[in-house]
Amino acid sequence: MSGGTTKAIPVEYLFNRLLTFFLTVFIAASIIWLIPRLSPIDPAEAMLGRMAAGAGFVENADQILADLRTQFGLDEPLWKQYLAYLKSLAVFDFGVSVANFPTPVAQMLAAALPWTIGLMIVSVVIAFIIGNAAGAFMAWQETPKTWKVVIPAAMIFTSIPPILSGLLLMWLFSAQLGWFPLTGSYGLFVTPGWNWEFIYSVIEHGALPALSIVVVTFGFWALGMRGLMTTVQSEDYVQLAKAKGLRPRYILYRYMIRNAILPQVTAFALKIGLLVTGQILVERIFSYNGMGKLIYDAILNQDFAVIQGASYVVILMTAASVLLVDLLYPFIDPRIRHGGGR
Amino acid sequence: MTATANTAMSKAEEREARRRAKRLKRFDSPWMNPKLLWGAGILIGILLFGFFGRLLWDPELVFIGSAPLNLPPLGFENLRGDGGSTAHPLGTQSSGRDILALLIVGAPNTLFIGVIASLIGMAIGIVLGFSAGFIGGRTDDVIRVIADVMITIPPLMVLIVFQTSIGEIGIVMMGVLLSGFMWQSPTRLIRAQVLSMRESGYVRMARLSGASTFDIMFKEMLPNLVPYLFGSFIAIATTAIVTAVGLETLGLGPQRVPTLGRVIYEAIDSAALLRNMWWWWGIPTALLATMFIGLLLVNLGLDEVANPKLRKV
Repeated sequence: MSGGTTKAIPVEYLFNRLLTFFLTVFIAASIIWLIPRLSPIDPAEAMLGRMAAGAGFVENADQILADLRTQFGLDEPLWKQYLAYLKSLAVFDFGVSVANFPTPVAQMLAAALPWTIGLMIVSVVIAFIIGNAAGAFMAWQETPKTWKVVIPAAMIFTSIPPILSGLLLMWLFSAQLGWFPLTGSYGLFVTPGWNWEFIYSVIEHGALPALSIVVVTFGFWALGMRGLMTTVQSEDYVQLAKAKGLRPRYILYRYMIRNAILPQVTAFALKIGLLVTGQILVERIFSYNGMGKLIYDAILNQDFAVIQGASYVVILMTAASVLLVDLLYPFIDPRIRHGGGR
Repeated sequence: MTATANTAMSKAEEREARRRAKRLKRFDSPWMNPKLLWGAGILIGILLFGFFGRLLWDPELVFIGSAPLNLPPLGFENLRGDGGSTAHPLGTQSSGRDILALLIVGAPNTLFIGVIASLIGMAIGIVLGFSAGFIGGRTDDVIRVIADVMITIPPLMVLIVFQTSIGEIGIVMMGVLLSGFMWQSPTRLIRAQVLSMRESGYVRMARLSGASTFDIMFKEMLPNLVPYLFGSFIAIATTAIVTAVGLETLGLGPQRVPTLGRVIYEAIDSAALLRNMWWWWGIPTALLATMFIGLLLVNLGLDEVANPKLRKV
């Protein structure tokens, strides 16, 4: 491996990370494929049942059943079905939705994803900034007394899943005070596009879902930051800076936070799975147009192709974020080198 | 202390002094920190609420139609202007279930799901973590890779697929399913600890004195891991409960037995927010929040036991 001076990612490390990524996606995809095969429910019969429920009576039921089996590939041997499934995942082909019949699942996912990712980035960034600031001030010796009481009190929310904070905020600010719209991701009478009305509407609708995530996640960053800050506080370079008579505020920003913040990024990789799924539940209660609503509607409609596709995409997103953090981290923190350097 | 002082002290005094010192020492134990005590108190309180609730209140009231509909809690009014009654002090929901009874039956169920999942998860984690850390080599590689891979898969997504395709499950089954996602972090934690302990003086000493591998693992190393194990247990129990509540609020999860998440799901589904029936979703939410705060406090307290550095802060 090359020395510490080069910034390129060593091939071995890259290979390891990529292998873990593909293994994760592969195992998850296999589990998702395997579970329905264990179920006693026959998808072809279930679909026929839907048709019968809709029409009251289905002619040539046996013929249709056989056709559906062929269409789903259910008459093939299992290993062939499995290979076909893996192949279709690789090209993001999840079949068509049963509830919205001819619409491909991929299209529905593509429509929902930007909302989920947008909401996620906004809430994660805000939570990261507030949380780290709170954590830093909690550990800093010069922080005013009142803040040292207020911040830990706010941290109580850390333990609560975002769906509960979402319910509370929704009740308080939408149902009671009427400051924010109750559900949805933009107003009914707004045309989507790059106009101010739409953008305002999106912000208005996204504020509460984002807030309910921020309220419960910032404490996680704050706790981590507090621990890191207490370690940094006793480092020699901080003592030296104090001895030099630098202003405490300058030491805080330039010496302590800058050094303490780095491991927080790794913590992000560990948290990402919970963040994504937590947000999906928040989207469900706010009827936000993202993956959460898509999954919830699919559950109500027994729309299995959508559920499978959405789960796969969420797992892919999680694995990709972890990979990204793993690969970016050494660039952010020069003290850490990729792979076996330690 | 001088010898004269010692002899001057009567035997009873001496015993009293020793007892006091012992008591002080007991309170000085890191296990007696306020966070841990408060957290454990909250959790035990919820369990007792479930236990004594069954004795003092009628659990049959969880059934549909066993109570009048949409009653508010005592001292409040619903939109129709009905007042609360002492027969249903926390109100009822729109299919005639008593909220208090739902909480009494549902809260322990929610906790049990977490406990089952993390007990199984811990057991797997201890076995795999010790094997990986102690045996090493190929075993270590395989266990490490599987744990690393499985830890990124969000349990909720897989369980949604499971629930929608299999359907009805009970409390125990739910815990067992969740445990499939709860063993990874204890495995990693224990493996790391075992690796660092393996070369420590007392383990080498035990090995030199001819102790068996089993004895070294479980008599020498395991006791040192206890605070970590408890911490890990609480952490995965929290994750399991969060996931279970998430599934339940999606309308999946156990359907025949009340759980707090399912109560919330029914409330959202019946537009309790718009109908201003805050007691329906608000009270279970508050109870769940209390439960999570209890778990967090226990976890913070155990952290202080495991990392003495944190105690000063």
